[in-house]
Amino acid sequence: MRTTGPPTPGETHERPRPSHRTRTSSKARDGSAGWRVRLTKADMRYSPYLYVAPFFVLFAIFGLFPVIYTLWISLHDWTLLGGQEAFVGLDNYAYLLFEDTRFYNALFNTLGMFVLATVPQLLIALLLADLLNRRIRFRGFFRVSVIFPYVTSVAATALVFGQLFGRDYGLINYVIELVGLPPVNWQSGRLASWSAVSIMVDWRWIGYNTLIYLAAMQAIPKDLYEAAAIDGASRMRQFWQITIPMLQPTILFTVIISTIGGMQLFTEPVMFGGGDYDGGSQAEFQTIAMYMFSEAFGRQDYGYGSAVAWIIFVVIILFSLINVLFVQRIRSAV
Amino acid sequence: MATIPGVPGTTARPRPDRPGAPRRSQRDRRRRGPMGRAARRLSTMRDATPLTYFALIFTALLSAFPIYWMFVVATRGNDVIAMRPPPIFPGANFVENTGRLFANPEANFTLGLINSLVAATVVAFSMILFCSLAGFALAKLPFRGRNAVLVLIILTMSVPVQMGLIPMYIVMNQLGWVNQLQAIIVPFMVTGFGVFMMRQYALQAIPDELIEAARVDGCSTFRIYWSVVLPALRPAMVVLALLSFMQSWNDFIWPLAVLTAENPTVQMSIRQLANAYFNDYALMFTGATFATVPLIIVFIIFGRQLIGGIMEGAIKA
Repeated sequence: MRTTGPPTPGETHERPRPSHRTRTSSKARDGSAGWRVRLTKADMRYSPYLYVAPFFVLFAIFGLFPVIYTLWISLHDWTLLGGQEAFVGLDNYAYLLFEDTRFYNALFNTLGMFVLATVPQLLIALLLADLLNRRIRFRGFFRVSVIFPYVTSVAATALVFGQLFGRDYGLINYVIELVGLPPVNWQSGRLASWSAVSIMVDWRWIGYNTLIYLAAMQAIPKDLYEAAAIDGASRMRQFWQITIPMLQPTILFTVIISTIGGMQLFTEPVMFGGGDYDGGSQAEFQTIAMYMFSEAFGRQDYGYGSAVAWIIFVVIILFSLINVLFVQRIRSAV
Repeated sequence: MATIPGVPGTTARPRPDRPGAPRRSQRDRRRRGPMGRAARRLSTMRDATPLTYFALIFTALLSAFPIYWMFVVATRGNDVIAMRPPPIFPGANFVENTGRLFANPEANFTLGLINSLVAATVVAFSMILFCSLAGFALAKLPFRGRNAVLVLIILTMSVPVQMGLIPMYIVMNQLGWVNQLQAIIVPFMVTGFGVFMMRQYALQAIPDELIEAARVDGCSTFRIYWSVVLPALRPAMVVLALLSFMQSWNDFIWPLAVLTAENPTVQMSIRQLANAYFNDYALMFTGATFATVPLIIVFIIFGRQLIGGIMEGAIKA
């Protein structure tokens, strides 16, 4: 630690002068007062650093170091038993990007499920928020019922959905057959399995987005609507011309949150596939997170798994940027 | 994204640094007199139609259904899976199913439940302690490098967990923490998200004058934190504790990587059941029920704060 810097007047010059508070005090008390002043100064100077220190210590060990170390590992042949082996440069990346069809399959699945889940999720959330923003009875109850799926256990509900989407005895096929349509084999085929996983994700996240939109809607100045109503704009038109434009930043926020979540999709497809990381017999719903996990912890090829992790990171950043540009384009069009 | 302070309906707290704010008179005008009420009806919310209620009730049913169905199967037997039409009401086999669940040798369910409860509770408490300390320092204490620290913390929020999965595992291996419970606790004891959330809340909840007054009275920084800041931050801390508890309870990929089936979390126990007993729905769904109930209990107690927290966070984000 450094010393406390140049001596301050409070410490050196004022000490001999008896202040009104220590008028009756003895010499010993005077000494302790100076000590206390110094202590207070140190307290004010160093306490802030002390308070933010836990975060930085933990982040350094479990956040920053791993991210950089991942890069290092990804440049090696690296296995659990063998430990660090040969430095292979960009070989892992070269194979990953130019030869690994399984990786591209997983990437395609991840992006497909992201689109299939996010678009209806945000649209339904907007609609529900608009409903909740009206004058309704049991407002509290409806809010609770909307957010309820968000507070359940992900693995547990994914397990339940896995049964509901069962080919032979699933209740969803039961309803489909009641309507007179042929049953769907949800576990096979891209569209079917993607839809099933997307519905699980949406069931959980629609309510969260709804509350966020609701809060943003309540923050829109009411006189905007008044003015529009006086001008004779219909409710529909008010929704599209006032509500949606005013929600732009919020919509961007939810899209980015969904992107980060969607690119890391793991629990739902794993549980949907009965706890396996393969994502179905043809890997129809294996996501990049599942692929990374099975490469690193299944085959114990840490070097290659790290390369996948870095690519996931880059994909997330790319998509967030695309989102920002996309939403800005829409905004300028409106 | 822009900060919109003092939004009606989301922050009931009056700003102490501006006594007699105009908001109050606004609210009075709204409450009083037929004129105010008429004006309010005109200007604010539209009325609900029967279709609104139909849609909302339908949503509520869809929200509750999977959990209800889980409970129905957990209280009956495996025969209900094939029953047509499916049963509507719970049965009487819950105790029997629970016995089978906890006796199952592969799922290690008792240990999984205890591990998850301990980890989630410790994470929740340490999160509110460390995040509120750091958030207080960043919001209210002047120190050199404060802005840099803040920017760094915001940057860390965008790094996905999976980035660090493999090296974190290697670190844990070095520490000898593989298959130890602290491996799923320590890395999550304080996060950038929590610090940032606390900082945002502290900015508006604690007036600077209060801290100065405490200093004049001779309080140490920690004393100020303990007696002035902590009480003021309590609403945000409840929300943060809830979110951290849920996150820790639900975490799947990291426990799966660093723990084994002999020392699992409850989510891993469920996966074990799904993998090994994929036809025994009564068993699996009883496990799923036990994995869900603690969250529902927490939600029943703190649900209102959680909803308020999500909505307030949405505006401040």
